[in-house]
Amino acid sequence: MGAGEPVLEARGVTRVLSGAIPVTLVEGIDLSIGRGEFAAITGPSGSGKSSLLYLLGLLDTPTSGSVLVEGEDTSRLTPADLARVRLEKLGFVFQFHFLLPEFTALDNVLIPMRKLARLSDREMRTRAQSLLVQLDLGDHARKRPDQLSGGQRQRVAIARALANEPRVVLADEPTGNLDSRNAQLVFDTFRDLAHRTGTTVVTVTHDEHLAAQTDRRVLLVDGKLVGSTEAAHPA
Amino acid sequence: MALPLSVDIAVTHLMGRRRQTIVSVLGVALGVGFFIAVAALMQGFQTYFRETIIDVSPHVVVEDEFRNPPRQPVQALYAGGAVELRGLKPEEERRGIRNARAMVEALRRMPGVTVAPTLSGQVVLRYGGVDEAASLVGIEPEQEQRVTTLAKDMEAGSLDRLNTTANGIVLGRELAKKLGAKLGDSLLAVTAAGVTRRVTVEGIFHTGIQNLDEGVAYMLLKRAQVLQDRINVVNQVRLRLADPDQAPAVAQRVEARFRYKAESWQETNQNIFQIFTVQNAIMYSIVGAILIVAAFGIFNVISTVIYEKTRDIAILKSMGLTEGDIRRIFLVEGIIAGAIGAVMGWAVGYGLTEVLASIRFDFSDDPSENRFHLSYSLLHYMLGGGFALVAAGLAAYLPARRAARLNPVEIVRGAA
Ligand SMILES: Nc1ncnc2c1ncn2[C@@H]1O[C@H](COP(=O)(O)OP(=O)(O)OP(=O)(O)O)[C@@H](O)[C@H]1O
Ligand SMILES: [Mg+2]
Repeated sequence: MGAGEPVLEARGVTRVLSGAIPVTLVEGIDLSIGRGEFAAITGPSGSGKSSLLYLLGLLDTPTSGSVLVEGEDTSRLTPADLARVRLEKLGFVFQFHFLLPEFTALDNVLIPMRKLARLSDREMRTRAQSLLVQLDLGDHARKRPDQLSGGQRQRVAIARALANEPRVVLADEPTGNLDSRNAQLVFDTFRDLAHRTGTTVVTVTHDEHLAAQTDRRVLLVDGKLVGSTEAAHPA
Repeated sequence: MALPLSVDIAVTHLMGRRRQTIVSVLGVALGVGFFIAVAALMQGFQTYFRETIIDVSPHVVVEDEFRNPPRQPVQALYAGGAVELRGLKPEEERRGIRNARAMVEALRRMPGVTVAPTLSGQVVLRYGGVDEAASLVGIEPEQEQRVTTLAKDMEAGSLDRLNTTANGIVLGRELAKKLGAKLGDSLLAVTAAGVTRRVTVEGIFHTGIQNLDEGVAYMLLKRAQVLQDRINVVNQVRLRLADPDQAPAVAQRVEARFRYKAESWQETNQNIFQIFTVQNAIMYSIVGAILIVAAFGIFNVISTVIYEKTRDIAILKSMGLTEGDIRRIFLVEGIIAGAIGAVMGWAVGYGLTEVLASIRFDFSDDPSENRFHLSYSLLHYMLGGGFALVAAGLAAYLPARRAARLNPVEIVRGAA
């Protein structure tokens, strides 16, 4: 659909786990995802969806090929540089919320901002609070994760992923632990995010119904990209 | 939110393992506390001992002997040649310091140096059928007073009375006790030279140094020379320095100049100072051992926390915290435990020292000997605290490094 310049690109990305019996997680992936695009990675279980997402998110490094973020080749970057790119440009949401259990919702959202340290304490708090409000968690800012429902926790995790205004949000089955209503809420949030703020969202899902709501579907089978469809973009 | 992120997270981790943290902190506190108390005790004793020596005895003693036997003329003639002399007879008698008067004058001109000439030799004192051998030191009381604290250490009688009584003698307290002699008693003094004199006890001193108190007697230099049959001979020149720490240097210069053996108080008491060194080494090892145990406690807490918090570590890393950030979190945990332990240890140490200070013994009638001599040194507190922090830091470093290297992908994968 050409939703603007590519923000996230994979060029011939292959990841092989070395070992007595080497395991190929993904092989020869070429992919380019544009600004403001809402993309779904789908495929059968074990097809390498998570593996590809970790590679795109710079959590894992390809055995060969390279991942480009906003046109910058990341294959030469040091671990510290990669961490910097993740901090500034990427946000993660996983199936499990991974909130720090001792921290309140607000404090969890503050963590990436505090690490980035671009805003004053007051600005950070204001921003974190408004993110929580956007995710309909305005009244829950002071609660710790164990005082929140599953859906609320996942939304706090999304707020946290958005803390530093990332270019790309990467989600691995973010709705896997949610009921269909909460799942729909998360997808609505993602779509809104992509289309209103131009944030690119890449989410792994095997829920056909949800995948159908994205702009683009990337289909993986046995670690290989077998199809990349462009869903009709609701302009 | 005034705390930096890493400290904030570190604190929540420790709060989440409160009991274990407290135990490890207490371990550190005990280590530091014991260190401070034992150091106060040992340093206190050593300082007391040192100061007593510095106070009581001369700082440098020049004697009528040579460190290396004098070279024979033949050896001087064939310097470097293979000369060996056999059948050399040692001198019958030590001659005393030659030209002692000139030497005393020369030493007196050195800045910060006071000088007293003496003659020391053996004597046997007899009183009421008891014989006691002692060192008899002939002194000039005015000068001796400036070199040692003998005058101040008089328990009975006085040093000045030596000047007025014909054959006055001053005895150490223990020596007097062994003889059963009291002030004014008349003793018989016999020397190896075969001279015998009646002497009157004109004073009894007590220095606190055993060797002096039980084995030394003082007479006027002139009288001692007569008793030893060594008229005008001086065999020991005693020096007192404004700065006792300069003694080895001064001794060296004096020896270089006059050839006679000059011994500093440090050299004289070398054996004891060596024992002190060993004592200190033992103390440091024991404290080190306590701190190692404490460090294991910290290692344990942090390892447990890391085991429990692998998910947090994974998400923090995926968010963009670096290995260094993660390492810092756990190092800070160790340092916090170490620092709290150190501060508590200071309190424990201070308390223990106070307890030691309040203890009284019944060793002697001198109250200063019936208690511990303690030294309250800021250095001990700094050292104890420093040890604790270093131990805690090392204990934290190993698990922290492991945590920093955790691969977030493996954890995220496993936590569906
Ligand atoms: N550490 C590993 N060691 C061995 N094999 C692995 C490892 N990690 C992943 N695999 C294998 O690689 C393949 C791809 O795994 P991946 O998690 O990417 O699949 P997925 O598409 O996300 O599956 P799911 O839908 O079940 O989450 C799987 O067959 C998996 O068993
Ligand atoms: Mg998966």
